[in-house]
Amino acid sequence: MSFTLNVNGKSVTADVPADMPLLWVLRDILNLKGTKFGCGIAMCGACTVHLDGRATRSCVTPVSAVGSREITTIEGLSADGSHPLQQVWLELDVPQCGYCQAGQLMTASALLARNPHPTDQEIDAAMSGNLCRCATYLRIHEGVRAAASRMAAASTGGGPGEPDGLAGARAEEER
Amino acid sequence: MSPRGGMDRRQFLKIGAAAGGGLLITSYLGFSFGNRDVEAMPPKLDLDAFIHIAPDGTVTIVAQNPEVGQGIKTTLPMLIADELDVAWNDVRVQQGDLDTEHYYRQIAGGSTATPTQWLPMRRVGAAGRALMKAAAAATWGVPVTELETEAGLVHHRASGRTLSYGTLAAKAATLPAPDPESVPLKKRSEFRIIGTPVRGVDDEAIVTGKPLFGIDQVRPGMLYAVFQKCPVYGGKVKTANLDAVKKEPGVRHAFVVQGDGDVDTLSAGVAVVADTWWLAHSARNKLEVKWDEGPTAAQSSRGFAARAAELYGKPPVNVLRSDGDVDAALDSAAHRVEAEYSYPFLSHVPLEPQNCTAHYHDGKLELWAPTQTPERGRSLAARTLGMKEEDITLHLTRIGGGFGRRLSNDYLVEASWIAREIGVPVKLLWSREDDMHHDFYRPAGFHRLEGGVDAEGKLVAWRNHFVSFGEGRRFAPSAGVASDEFPAGYVRDFTLGTTLLPLGVPTGAMRAPGSNALAFVYQSFIDELAHAAGRDPLHFRLDLLAARSGETRLDADRMTGVLRAVAARSDWGRGSLPSGTGKGIACHFSHRGYFAEVVQARVSKAGKVAVEKVWMVGDIGRQIVNPLNAENNAQGGAIDGISQALGLEITIVDGHALQSNFDAYPLLRHRDRPEVDVHFLVTDNPPTGLGEPTLPPVIPALCNAIFAVTGKRVRSLPISKLDLSWS
Ligand code: FES
Ligand code: FES
Repeated sequence: MSFTLNVNGKSVTADVPADMPLLWVLRDILNLKGTKFGCGIAMCGACTVHLDGRATRSCVTPVSAVGSREITTIEGLSADGSHPLQQVWLELDVPQCGYCQAGQLMTASALLARNPHPTDQEIDAAMSGNLCRCATYLRIHEGVRAAASRMAAASTGGGPGEPDGLAGARAEEER
Repeated sequence: MSPRGGMDRRQFLKIGAAAGGGLLITSYLGFSFGNRDVEAMPPKLDLDAFIHIAPDGTVTIVAQNPEVGQGIKTTLPMLIADELDVAWNDVRVQQGDLDTEHYYRQIAGGSTATPTQWLPMRRVGAAGRALMKAAAAATWGVPVTELETEAGLVHHRASGRTLSYGTLAAKAATLPAPDPESVPLKKRSEFRIIGTPVRGVDDEAIVTGKPLFGIDQVRPGMLYAVFQKCPVYGGKVKTANLDAVKKEPGVRHAFVVQGDGDVDTLSAGVAVVADTWWLAHSARNKLEVKWDEGPTAAQSSRGFAARAAELYGKPPVNVLRSDGDVDAALDSAAHRVEAEYSYPFLSHVPLEPQNCTAHYHDGKLELWAPTQTPERGRSLAARTLGMKEEDITLHLTRIGGGFGRRLSNDYLVEASWIAREIGVPVKLLWSREDDMHHDFYRPAGFHRLEGGVDAEGKLVAWRNHFVSFGEGRRFAPSAGVASDEFPAGYVRDFTLGTTLLPLGVPTGAMRAPGSNALAFVYQSFIDELAHAAGRDPLHFRLDLLAARSGETRLDADRMTGVLRAVAARSDWGRGSLPSGTGKGIACHFSHRGYFAEVVQARVSKAGKVAVEKVWMVGDIGRQIVNPLNAENNAQGGAIDGISQALGLEITIVDGHALQSNFDAYPLLRHRDRPEVDVHFLVTDNPPTGLGEPTLPPVIPALCNAIFAVTGKRVRSLPISKLDLSWS
């Protein structure tokens, strides 16, 4: 079947079975490899994209269910990697293997779009559907907070928010 | 100086002009190791083509090791760049392919990259710097000794002249290679990149979703494959409804692979190849296979536990160590404790499922593989397909997590076989279910322990019967224990014996293999003995470390150092905690690293555990190469350990794994993360690796914290299965 999809602001068509999950349409038909496969059952969040701005697990979203909704993938989060979350992710060196990070960024960006000032508990609730097997959760959490304050500062015309210092690990001379 | 001995090496350099202008530095390196951890390595290997300096001054450095998230694609080039004396901003990093002629030991495993590459990589860079100075000296007609380098420039202070490396590259290519043995290396105080926080070289590509990983590889005309194996390890295909599967949409091929009966290389199964992965995966739902399951179908986790309980009543079959007279020491001990400990099989579950892209044509095979051991992968593919290794090219991709799973290359061999069968490029991708059902699991294990403490509160007797897996005296992979595992060598009357059960379930190394289980058992039991003697668990350990009585690998001074430091950072023994909150302490030596950790945990009256904070102090020698990466890795190690201890278990039933996806394998999630305070003691020892030794102590430290709150001992994992309610 032929489906017309709106992906990262462009209209594209895909001739695929109706039950094919959006994940595989993105990856293997449209060659957008940023969205990742981790479990296929909505348990890991690696495949997270935005549908009309809502964080959605593309591995369990049949292409036929997408309709005219706007799909945003990591490739479309910003034109040039300039989204505050992407910038903070670099400053804090969040990734280890990096495989989960596109999903983390898509979940976090959907959260901040709908709730620009999340509490720690709200960040916890939003981000707990995204597994990081390397366990970069501490930097992910700090990154979401830092991006939120930077976005708030930008919107009120203040200076850019700085991420907090890293939590320790300063090698120290003993002798 | 390390108690384990150092290395001897000979390193030779070769240089030449690069295609397109500039300079290539090639290094030939011979090693012989006196270190028993790495003595299995071949005595002589070559390194090549690490540095390219373009006329515009851009420096390209090849990262030779597989990147699994440990950060080595950043760390190794940092070592070269610092000694070369270039600005990190001018450096581009390129992943090396498998090339045993020019690179040495392209392995991600055993926390070995830093200890084995620390000097060779620096020498490559230092030789490059010496060459730049020689080129400038020849250009100006001045002695080399009058020259200095700085950030990609050579200065002649006396005449005020300066030339850039880019300008000198062509000249340098015509000069003889410096002897890497004698090129001067920087002093610690001269490092400009080593020891500074440097973010991962792929970070930008990661946060913008660029294709980097094995699963992202695409070849022209590529098809997609799935491979259905027998759920029972070592099973064979009797019949399969191939004709029906071939009629499914998009399916191009469906065929039986009988394999070689070895789970390490090629298990029997059915390959389905289609136009897209989803179509191959969907067609597989129609696949019906009759399996000959073989003898492993009779094995189960429950059966192993029952057998271990029986065997505890008999003496161990193998005695690995016997010091003094344990019977007498136990009989005369003031306090005596007996306990049985056990832990389950575990699956690695790196987040990127196993995959490999392969293209076989004209008798040659090209592979794009996320493997931790590319050299071994190529040799297994060659052996299984009956090919010559030189006819196989292997490209290293970034890897979405390893944890030891990708030390094995079964997916690589499967992809190679399928590729030859169909003759066009193919990507084999496993589902998560395939991954969890066909792992090389962290082996389960069973321990009976008896210990005795004298009237002064000192540990004087220790007996351990370890029921593990293997044949005769030979342990199954990663199911062993060393005869000098702590506290061996620190208890005068000590025995360690094993009885090995036959196992058809594949096992393998998982982050800190052996140690991830043994630290739980031994450091928990030491805690039991401390409490039995009425002693503080920290002081009990410090006394034990002061009582060396026999052969051991463990350097008591280094362990004492990290224990004291972690006690200070965590306010051990000071202040008071709210009811329901407690601290536990543990330490462990593995992979050349010394780590002591304290965990603070809360346990509700109903028995629900929340981990609040971890303090970690490690001693991995005199240099942390990249502190930004080191902290991330160490925090991950602690949380990984807590995750497996709290909730993870693979249950073997009728010869196969019961769990198949993350719904039944609850990895720790964002909201449950503890704070992790990481600190490194810098000691005058060679720099060693970090990926593994951070993990083992956190598990017993957590269990000991739970005891501090509840008075209940965690003697089996995972913790989630225990009743920890208290009042
Ligand atoms: S792949 Fe979609 S949630 Fe895991
Ligand atoms: S960085 Fe590896 S899974 Fe998150």
